[in-house]
Amino acid sequence: MSNWDTVIGLEVHVQLATKTKIFSGASTAFGAEPNTQACAIDLAMPGTLPVLNKQAVHYAVMFGLAIDAEIGKESAFERKNYFYPDLPKGYQTTQLEKPIVGRGQVEIQLADGSKKNIRIHHAHLEEDAGKSLHDGNFRHGVSGIDLNRAGTPLIEIVSEPDMTSAEEAVAFAKKLHSIVTSIGICDGEMSQGSMRFDVNVSVKPRGSDTLGTRTETKNLNSFKFMEEAIAKEVERQIDLIEDGGSVIQETRLYNGDTKTARSMRSKEEANDYRYFPCPDLLPVIVSDETIEQLRRSMPELPDARQARFVEQYGLSEYDAGILGSDAPMAAYFETVTDQSGNAKLAANWTMGELAGRLNNEDISIGKSPVSAEQLAGMIARIADNSISGKMAKQVFEAMWAGEGSADEIIEARGLKQVSDSGALEQIVADVLAANQAMVDDYINTDEAKRKKKLGGFMGQIMKASKGQANPQQVNQILLQKLNELL
Amino acid sequence: MNIERHEIEKLATLSRIAINEETINQVSQRLSSVLELVDQLQAVDTSGVDAMSHPLQANQRLREDEVSEINQREAFQGIAPDTEDGLFLVPKVIE
Repeated sequence: MSNWDTVIGLEVHVQLATKTKIFSGASTAFGAEPNTQACAIDLAMPGTLPVLNKQAVHYAVMFGLAIDAEIGKESAFERKNYFYPDLPKGYQTTQLEKPIVGRGQVEIQLADGSKKNIRIHHAHLEEDAGKSLHDGNFRHGVSGIDLNRAGTPLIEIVSEPDMTSAEEAVAFAKKLHSIVTSIGICDGEMSQGSMRFDVNVSVKPRGSDTLGTRTETKNLNSFKFMEEAIAKEVERQIDLIEDGGSVIQETRLYNGDTKTARSMRSKEEANDYRYFPCPDLLPVIVSDETIEQLRRSMPELPDARQARFVEQYGLSEYDAGILGSDAPMAAYFETVTDQSGNAKLAANWTMGELAGRLNNEDISIGKSPVSAEQLAGMIARIADNSISGKMAKQVFEAMWAGEGSADEIIEARGLKQVSDSGALEQIVADVLAANQAMVDDYINTDEAKRKKKLGGFMGQIMKASKGQANPQQVNQILLQKLNELL
Repeated sequence: MNIERHEIEKLATLSRIAINEETINQVSQRLSSVLELVDQLQAVDTSGVDAMSHPLQANQRLREDEVSEINQREAFQGIAPDTEDGLFLVPKVIE
């Protein structure tokens, strides 16, 4: 048991899924050639003025509604001044005094099943910066700047320091991911930087009321890195203090490849942003009508969906928790269930074989080589006993490889399971006749141990049927025939 | 209200403005006179007046989320000091 308490707060940057920038009509599509989506406004050309994107405002309000927060009916933009080449204006347009989303809360569930509320201090709208590339093939001493991302709309969600472990922080981050993807305001593509986490960590003697000095580890873009970075930072701070040193307030960077962190800058040097209200942007008014309209059109939230999955499909809390938290996976599961009529098998195959395979090959479910319709077709064949579970794995592999629908594959590969009892009885009888020694051995074995001998017969029978015999039926027939010989 | 020399130096650093020895006193006096003006304004009783984020009695207009800008990279990079492979080049910003 450690003598220290850990205190963690998160700042989460969420890229909004708008088609255009927050203040310009330039596209936000990912992966374009450098600087082809950076217009005069994004480049801070003299004489340009920002015009606010309505969809970005609506998405921010939807987030506020999802976490039951007060909505800032009148919010304002401010300028946060600092110099960096990926920020052409010399300031970031953001919100400080009057954010669009006020206090709210998010409930998280931990591995032991316990639940905890994490308070949200506020969430505000702001613009993203461009990208600096330091390792290109340019000549020595220069960095390359790509401003396609400059001006992409973000909401920054600021939590209260309510988390006490890396596990809680990760559960909170995952819950936010689940919420923003479920309501469709963010694509949730972590590898493309759609969600990035800044983690504030401090430690204090167990039970103490006084907070320790905190550090901020910036720009973590995976749950795994976040967990590692927190564990390392907590350990570093405790070691430092126990060795008689003290933590200094600083910004740190974590490198997920080398699993090490380093200090980026101490807070005193840079934390003077000289905020002031942006004269180019007027106060943003969100009317009660707009709020009500957005409230009525809100998609289902993850908690509600999980409860519905238990209720409607009879899933376990655990299965509903996994399937219900991920919006695209939930939609996939529901399509499979609707078309196959078997929720249990749909849940098992979606969470098991499919999710495992997608995860291994780092493919999102939206791009799954096996469509929900295909999987439903296969499940229908399992459910009506046409194929065994083992055959289904073969069919799944073939569907993954693009060989067509389940029925086409079953037909082409002759995978039909034999459930015709006349045919099965014949196969069993043939195998018993051909293996008299095994039969004698079975008869001479104590009753209590006979069960163990069945496997040998099953193997021979499945082989004789080329793997196509229905195992449950074979088992019954086999027992019956052996018992007749006793 | 007088601005201290070290405050001027800090502001100059934050603003990336070079101020030499000759002008530092002048800048200090000018900024101090601005702050004096603010002090005078502070004397006005503003209790009961809501803070404004903008002097205009108007609200922000919103734009529909439709792409309206085309790629003008060539034109923009034509007036940039240094470019390569579509990137703007700047003096290296990290060690």
